[in-house]
Amino acid sequence: MMHSEQEVLLALEETGAVPAAEFSGVKSDAPVVVLRSIHKSFDSQIVLDGIDLTVGSGETLAVLGRSGTGKSVLLKLIIGLQKPDSGSIRIHGQELTLLDLDALNELRKKMGFLFQHAALYDSLTVEQNIAFPLKRHTKMTESEQRDRVKELLAAVGMEGDLKKMPSDLSGGMQKRIGLARALALDPAILLLDEPTAGLDPITSGEIDELILKLQEEHDMASIVVTHDLHSAKTIADRIALLHDGTVLIEGSFTELEKSDNEFVSEFLKRDS
Amino acid sequence: MLVSLWPIAAAILDLTMQVPGKQGIGFLARWFSPDARQPTSLMRSTITSVWSLINRFLEWFGDLGLFAWQVVRASVRRPFEGRELLRQLDEMGSKSLPLVALAGAAIGAVLALESRSSLARFGATSMLPGALVYSIIHETGPVVTGLVVSGRVGAGIGAELGSMKVTEQIDAIEASGVNPYKFLAFTRIVACILVLPLLTLAADFCGVLFGWVADTLVQPVSFHRFINQGFVGATFSDFLAPTFRTAVFGLIIGMIGCFQGMRTQGGTAGVGLSATSSVVLSSLFVILADVILVKFILVFFS
Repeated sequence: MMHSEQEVLLALEETGAVPAAEFSGVKSDAPVVVLRSIHKSFDSQIVLDGIDLTVGSGETLAVLGRSGTGKSVLLKLIIGLQKPDSGSIRIHGQELTLLDLDALNELRKKMGFLFQHAALYDSLTVEQNIAFPLKRHTKMTESEQRDRVKELLAAVGMEGDLKKMPSDLSGGMQKRIGLARALALDPAILLLDEPTAGLDPITSGEIDELILKLQEEHDMASIVVTHDLHSAKTIADRIALLHDGTVLIEGSFTELEKSDNEFVSEFLKRDS
Repeated sequence: MLVSLWPIAAAILDLTMQVPGKQGIGFLARWFSPDARQPTSLMRSTITSVWSLINRFLEWFGDLGLFAWQVVRASVRRPFEGRELLRQLDEMGSKSLPLVALAGAAIGAVLALESRSSLARFGATSMLPGALVYSIIHETGPVVTGLVVSGRVGAGIGAELGSMKVTEQIDAIEASGVNPYKFLAFTRIVACILVLPLLTLAADFCGVLFGWVADTLVQPVSFHRFINQGFVGATFSDFLAPTFRTAVFGLIIGMIGCFQGMRTQGGTAGVGLSATSSVVLSSLFVILADVILVKFILVFFS
């Protein structure tokens, strides 16, 4: 398992033996996302209370937990939409909490984010939604953008829906378009917030297969927040279970199943 | 009379300051409710509420200042979002034009009819064109345009951005490495600043035109003569300063609409509240700005 190797690399980086930039994204198993002692509260409510997580290149981590345990907040911290009260977030070796807005936006270009309800721009067509990041961050011509949009739509199985508005699409279709938009800039990190929430089992299965296929093709580091244990089991290399603001257990699905912890057993039993 | 009107006034003020889930200043109405029987506890709760209101009022201004700073900071960075600015100019300018022109025309016609009957008492109906043109260009045209645009555009911005906020579209823009303060707020605010003077010109023109139509129906006069009489003694500064003060109205409408929209909380109820508060607050501040700017113009341009 690559986990221990990542920890060694991180320890070396923290002691200064290995500069962060040297291993960022260079080795296939290097840590791409590293969270250390993340704390986050809203008013008096503590949501995250010392989270430590590491995700390597090409690896998929599923984050599970009860509603309100801060799973979505965790993703928003990683992409800089919210700031932690304390702790360190390193993306490709860069300390995200210390970046100015320009540097943060540069880093965001390397990340794709699928929101829980897709968050498609409802005044734009499907084509314009997917082309939105391309228009702003690339020097592609109109025709190159259109080709890229078609390529992405084909990748998510939605060819021919270029001119549709988001309101004309079903929940599953919106998720696919959201995924295509997240992949537009060919990101190194993919953050997925409840990709199968609110979808029927068949569509959920299709989305899972799509994510697996895209991960194989693009070799991204992925963090998937989900309630869906079947989905987590299918797409994740590793699972982290959040409870009371901390990572209660982290490991493969089999390791979770073998756990003696009462909450873990209850969580897995409830969902099975 | 005052007692019976006070709850209504308090409810209106409540709306302007309200954030979902927070208490407004409707407590003032309780002073006059039939249930007000315990003066000490009522006094204590009122002092607490007034203190909370002052806090929220100052907090609102502080947040508005921070928002304005974010917009200014974003505005000097590339890219300048020219295409989005053009889209907003079309959305706010050309689509507001019919309403503004209609409002200007109605005001011009009403002013002509009302002024004629007033001036007739003093045998001064020949002064009607001058009075009408002066009134429309100096005050009625700019203010009516400001209020009509704050109704149409202010509500639109508040509702659109509020809806984008609660459906995470603004987060999606930010997550894709685009600054929402520039893409959403700066473009709308600049569009408002640019279109308000142009719309005011349209309102002024329609007001004068339909003032003449209304006047000529009562006592036929050629448009050429009406205009000549109307603009006798008028200088360029009579026209320039009042028209361009609407750029300040545009700034107010755009800034408050974007601010209220982008701080929306609480789902669809929050979107409704953002739209309403955008209109109420921008109208209120347009009127306040008008009072201040009129004095300013009288001092510096008269």
